[in-house]
Amino acid sequence: MIQVKDLLVILISSSLVSNVVLSQFLGLCPFLGVSKKIDTAAGMGGAVIFVITLSSAVTGCIYHYLLVPLNMEYMQTIVFILVIAALVQFVEMFLKKYVDSLYKALGVYLPLITTNCAVLGVALTNVQKEYGILAGTVNGFATALGFTIAIIILAGIREKTQYNDFPESVKGMPMVLITAGLMAIAFCGFAGLN
Amino acid sequence: MSKCLERLYNGIVKENPTLVLMLGMCPTLAVTTSATNGLGMGLTTTVVLALSNMIISMLRKVIPDKIRIPAFIVIIASFVTMMQLLLQAYIPDLYKSLGIYIPLIVVNCIILGRAEAYAYKNPVLPSLFDGIGMGLGFTIALTIIGMLREFIGGCSFFGMELGWFTPVAIFKMAPGAFFVLALLCAIQNKIKIAGAKKGKDVSKIQSGCSNDCMNCTLECDHKKYDDIEITQEDIESTAKINAKAIEKELERVGKEAEK
Repeated sequence: MIQVKDLLVILISSSLVSNVVLSQFLGLCPFLGVSKKIDTAAGMGGAVIFVITLSSAVTGCIYHYLLVPLNMEYMQTIVFILVIAALVQFVEMFLKKYVDSLYKALGVYLPLITTNCAVLGVALTNVQKEYGILAGTVNGFATALGFTIAIIILAGIREKTQYNDFPESVKGMPMVLITAGLMAIAFCGFAGLN
Repeated sequence: MSKCLERLYNGIVKENPTLVLMLGMCPTLAVTTSATNGLGMGLTTTVVLALSNMIISMLRKVIPDKIRIPAFIVIIASFVTMMQLLLQAYIPDLYKSLGIYIPLIVVNCIILGRAEAYAYKNPVLPSLFDGIGMGLGFTIALTIIGMLREFIGGCSFFGMELGWFTPVAIFKMAPGAFFVLALLCAIQNKIKIAGAKKGKDVSKIQSGCSNDCMNCTLECDHKKYDDIEITQEDIESTAKINAKAIEKELERVGKEAEK
C-alpha cells in the first residue's frame, strides 16, 4: 500500500524538481504561446490541471484493468492518445451542457490541449515509473501544477518586460526563451530538495 | 520526378520545420543533448513521417472528412509503436537515451501538420517525398543543434572527447537548450528583418504554422476548427470571468479570515 509520504515525494518532485516544462520540455507550445498575460496563463494552467489529472486517472485505470490483463502493454501509445483525445472532447461537451461556469472559464483552452505532449507524456511516465492508479493521478496533478507555476511566472515576467528596450532581433520569442532559460537555471536549484 | 525533388528541397531548405517554421520544439529541445541523440531522433521521426504520409495519402479518398484527425492519429501512432519496438530490439542504447520522447513522436505537430496540409490532398509519391524532405530537414536541424550543445557543453564531437577547453556544462543541461534556441530565434529575426527591408516575402520564417490548428496555440487570424471558433474576444472574456471568480474567492477567503 502506498503511503502518504510517498505521495508527497511525488508531488514535490514532479511539480518542482523535474518541472514538466523547464526540465522535461513537455508542453512547450502553450508555455511559449499563451504566456503573454497572467490571466490567460492562469486559465490555461487551470485547464491543464483539470485535463491532466483526469486523464492520468483514466489512463491509469485502462492500463491496469484492461491492457495488463490482456497482455497488450505494447498498445499503450495508441490507446492512450485516443483515450485522451476522446476524453477531452467528452469533458468539453459535458461541461458545456452541465457546468456552464467551469466551461466558460476553461472551455476555450480545452481543444488546444487535446494532444498536448504533456498530457500523453504524463500518462506514459506513469507507466514507465510503475505508478499505481492513485500515485499516477497524484503525479498527473503535480506535473500540471508545475506547468501552471511555470507559465504564470513566465507570464508575469513577460508583462513586466513587454516594453523594455531590447535590440530589434532579440525582441519577441528570443527574449521569452532566454527568460525561460533563466527560470530553468532557477528551477535547477530545487534539485537540492531530493 | 521534378515535383518529388521540389518537395525534398522544400522540406530541407525552404520550409525547414525547425530552422524556418519553428515547429516541434519539445523534441528539439529535449533530445539534443548530444549530436548522436539528435540524429537518432531525427531519423526515427523521418521514418514515421514518410510512412504515415504515404499511407494517409493512399487512404485519402477512404477517410471521411469529419473523422480525419482521429484516423491520422491512429495511423501515426501505429508507426510510432512499430519504430519503438524496432529501436528497443536493435538499437537499445538509443532507445534508452531517447526514452519517453520516442512514443511522444505521436504528438509531434510536424507529423499531424503534414498529414493535414499535404498528404490528405496530394498523390502518394509526392506525399512520400514531402515526408522524407520534412523529416530530413528536421534531422539536419536536430543534429546541428545537438553538435553545438555537445561541443560547448561537453567539448566533444559525436561522442569523441576533444579536450580543447573546459566545457560549459550548463549547455548540456535544460537551460542550455533554451539559450541555444534563443540564439537560433535571434538569427531568424535578423534574417527576417533584413529580408523585409529588401522587400522579400518573409511571412514563413518563424510562423510556427503547421496547418494543424487543432493543437496550435499561436496567435493568428485564420484559426480553423471543425466546429469551434476561438477569437481574441473569447480569450479575453474568459480571462475576465477568471479574474472575477478569483476576486470573489479572495473576498470569501478574506471574510472567513475576519471571522
